[in-house]
Amino acid sequence: MVAGIERHQKLAQIEQLRSKVRRLEQKPGLGAELATHEALGGVVQLRAGGTYAADSLSLAMLLLAGPSSAGEWTAVVGVEDFGVEAAAEAGVDLERTILVPRPKDSWLEATAALVDVVTLVLVRPTGRVAPGVAEKIGARLRTRGAALVALGEWPRADVRLRATEPRWVGLGNGDGHLRARRMVVEAVRGTAPPRRTALWFPAEDGTLGRVLEPVTDIADLRKQESA
Amino acid sequence: MSRTLVVWCADWPVAAALGEQGLPRHLPAAVFAQNRVQACNQAAREFGTKRGMRRRDAQARCPEVQVLAADDARDARVFEEVLVRLEELRPGVMPLRPGLVALRSPARFYGGEAEAGAAIAECVVGLGIWDVRIGIADELFTAEQAARSAGLQETYAVPADGGSAAFLRALPVHVLDDANAVSLLQRLGLTTLGGLADLPGVDVKARFGAQAAWVRRVIHGEGARPVTGRTPPPELATEVAFEPPLDSAEAVCFSARQAAEGFVKGLATRQEVCTEVRIEVEMDDVADSCRTWAHPRWFSAVDLIDRLHWQLAGAVTSGRGGAVTRVRFVPEVAVPEAVHADGLWGGTDERVDRGIARVQGLLGHEAVVAPVLQGGRSPRDRQAYVPWGDRPSTLRDRALPWPGSIPPPAPARVLADPWPAEVCDQAGRPVVVLPRGGVSGDPVRYRPSAGQPWQRVASWAGPWPVTEAWWEPGGGRRVARFQLVGVDGRAWLATFDTDHWLTEASYD
Repeated sequence: MVAGIERHQKLAQIEQLRSKVRRLEQKPGLGAELATHEALGGVVQLRAGGTYAADSLSLAMLLLAGPSSAGEWTAVVGVEDFGVEAAAEAGVDLERTILVPRPKDSWLEATAALVDVVTLVLVRPTGRVAPGVAEKIGARLRTRGAALVALGEWPRADVRLRATEPRWVGLGNGDGHLRARRMVVEAVRGTAPPRRTALWFPAEDGTLGRVLEPVTDIADLRKQESA
Repeated sequence: MSRTLVVWCADWPVAAALGEQGLPRHLPAAVFAQNRVQACNQAAREFGTKRGMRRRDAQARCPEVQVLAADDARDARVFEEVLVRLEELRPGVMPLRPGLVALRSPARFYGGEAEAGAAIAECVVGLGIWDVRIGIADELFTAEQAARSAGLQETYAVPADGGSAAFLRALPVHVLDDANAVSLLQRLGLTTLGGLADLPGVDVKARFGAQAAWVRRVIHGEGARPVTGRTPPPELATEVAFEPPLDSAEAVCFSARQAAEGFVKGLATRQEVCTEVRIEVEMDDVADSCRTWAHPRWFSAVDLIDRLHWQLAGAVTSGRGGAVTRVRFVPEVAVPEAVHADGLWGGTDERVDRGIARVQGLLGHEAVVAPVLQGGRSPRDRQAYVPWGDRPSTLRDRALPWPGSIPPPAPARVLADPWPAEVCDQAGRPVVVLPRGGVSGDPVRYRPSAGQPWQRVASWAGPWPVTEAWWEPGGGRRVARFQLVGVDGRAWLATFDTDHWLTEASYD
């Protein structure tokens, strides 16, 4: 137990030093806040140069919708099954969205080229991403002031988002149709305990993500205690 | 006074369509617009096909009739060849509509009207247009009617000085374009234009409309329309020939650079820029490759070379590559430069275009797409990917009701290739949708695809039955869509298609 606490302290210290170095490395204007969809207001704030990992496509679309509806260009790389109508419903401006559905083996080159010109890139990497590759992309993001949302795993992502406990409303036993979904979005920042927020996504009236309440459960409290 | 010569290519839409598809002209063929005959050729007419006939009636009379789609652009495009050829013989031609063109009669040059007509007919037949008829008269309307009375490849000359009136008076009234006026005249017992000409002018205008009144004035020797020449379009297309033919795409692009620069410069001297270009590549031993490229802004020389490179690369990957003998850039749409001038403070869009061009250079033109929405029943039909820079063609209207479509919200993941799924009922039997729309049992267990684990269905809705294209041979497609929610809370859109289940989309 004692060893565990020591390890946690060390990690926290390392993270602190890292953030300090990051702050020093940053050019002025970097880390600026990007427009984020209001539904994710309490969950995550997109920043220029940041990398985000999401495990659900609709959640990634919500992240995309923030900058897109604020007039920025966005790109989607390697997401073959991108539901265009759902993206439009989430608030993504299709006029300023570039899709590269099948980049084959060149997803990295395509992403790098698009990072230069758009504000937010949503990418589904094929296979595991090597930490070195992620670092290179990260450096490029920081110089360009863009952000990246990875669908799936991304080494050392700033924030990891998970859509958990989805509960659909409106469907019966052979009747009705899907109307609304309540889900809990879990945001993990580094080694900090996850922050969980329940959202209606989409809500019954077609709007997105009315935040209900921050969710805390026993497991989280325990984690906080141990930290 | 100069006389007017009218060249009439009979059944032009059919001739143009057959010519473009490389079909022999003796086949019975008809061009259909909205399922009705717009034009048909003599072979089809012999079977009893008529203008305005429904397609099934035409096919019933002549099962082997070639069904061709109406396309005004094609008719005009093919006719352009005829115009260019005629302009070589006699400048100042006046196209009336595709298939019909007027010019000032070159009778004096050829030493007689019959000779002039023969020379022109020969030149048009030389282009492969068999059914050409020529009429010569004092003015346009009479000349057109004379051409329609002429025999195949023959010239009908209406005598000058008073000959027109006698010729027109003998014509039946149905040469008028106005169906209402024709019907009324016939019911009044007036069968020839002579009868119309004898009526008082004011009454004709009031009772039969402007066209009849104008024809009446023509018969009386007034109201003739002069033949005004057209200005030939400037030659803006640029081409470059390779001798000996070049094999590698890089070499072709390098050698075509100068031509591309000349093309852009030629437009620039007219203060125009090109937003759509057709690139024609002639190759040895293989079919020519011809493609139209659009640009979101306008083409620079570098852009043209990029497009040429993609086109060549595309031809090679589809197995139609060959040694290139000639490359031709043809402007399809040219607009004044001012329309596309840069804003004073520059724009970010140019930067975006460059980034996209880089990805297109890496992966090919079709790899970068713009997502667009359209109408449809399944989620996959409701969206479309348009290659970046192209204009979307034939999108379905979203405003139509699309019965059988799934109510919103839309699924986030729309699978490009649906997965084969399995749905079982309580007894473990596969669930099937019965012919009358019922379900054989409640779905209880569901597997989205072969590789994924089975899971219990918590709730479900459906079926949304859709019968698509049932009128096609083969019966079309009968599908029924279901929304399924598993016990893990995830929702899927599954489709029962004839006899098997597919996972079409996921509400991820």
